[in-house]
Amino acid sequence: MHDNQWPLWEVFIRSKQGLDHKHAGSLHAADAAMAIENARDVYTRRMEGVSIWVVESKYIHASDPDETSSLYDPANDKVYRHPTFYDLPDELKHM
Amino acid sequence: MGYPAHIDYSLQLADNALILGHRNSEWTGHGPILEQDIALSNIALDLIGQARYLYQHAARLIGGKVTEDGLAYGRDAWDFRNCLLVEQSNGDWGKTILRQFLFSAWQYYFYGQLRNSRDQELAAIAEKSVKEVTYHLRWSGEWVIRLGDGTEESHERMRRAVDELWKYTGEMFAPAAYEKELIRLGIAVDAGEIRPLWGEKVGEVFNEAGLEIPVTWMQGGGKEGKHTEQLGYLLAEMQFLQRAYPNCEW
Repeated sequence: MHDNQWPLWEVFIRSKQGLDHKHAGSLHAADAAMAIENARDVYTRRMEGVSIWVVESKYIHASDPDETSSLYDPANDKVYRHPTFYDLPDELKHM
Repeated sequence: MGYPAHIDYSLQLADNALILGHRNSEWTGHGPILEQDIALSNIALDLIGQARYLYQHAARLIGGKVTEDGLAYGRDAWDFRNCLLVEQSNGDWGKTILRQFLFSAWQYYFYGQLRNSRDQELAAIAEKSVKEVTYHLRWSGEWVIRLGDGTEESHERMRRAVDELWKYTGEMFAPAAYEKELIRLGIAVDAGEIRPLWGEKVGEVFNEAGLEIPVTWMQGGGKEGKHTEQLGYLLAEMQFLQRAYPNCEW
């Protein structure tokens, strides 16, 4: 395989039963049309999906892994953010 | 035992699919990039799948102990009925793409018509295959445009591929004797009738790709078993195992 300068694309596939597109992986392609064809050939060979989204990887901005502790740890002890934290009155049905 | 023309015709369609499928499979592991390696291998598998249905059909028409494997691996070049285009060597990526495009465009209209065949088995195979071919045509067509209208080098390579392959396109529309017989019976497609559709599609894509249709003589004979030397090399490799170890399974 040669090195190539084609940009990298992220592929999202929606399965037949699925409501949302899920990240399936990434691939190289010269443009969006080729990226969708490549995604069809690489990621839907075993009937994985009925819809494809592609987005050039450079447009995806990610959180910084070094900031994991400051970003996510503080949520750890905030149980009151979960609805199950609250006692419901017995009169309340259908919750 | 089925009607001889009917057998020849089924074999022609099966051989077309198997030989092009095998040619494409030669790229597996050698594609220019992983994504296109998989794309072409998928197409190879689609074609070999079509070939299997068609060989099974031919085997039933012939009867006796004939099997799909026997037909694919036990016949020599002069028994093969495929058109010359599909047996041509892969060359570079451009030539492989062009060969696929010219054939897929033909197969697309051909299977479209074959769905109306009075042979219900052939009609059913066509119905299933035309979906696969629709994608092959789209994929290869986009590549012809991309390369023809690409860099100076890719354009030059496509131009050379057109020069090499165009002379094998005429045969696809010229019915062999056994085809004429079946056209009258409503079993075979009159490929002459799909020529304008094929020409329009190819013209459209060539136009966008900046490629010209050459004026050239047309080579034929494949449908009657007169092949280019390319087929012998292909069969030597494809049939080696069954020739060396008859009936071996794995």
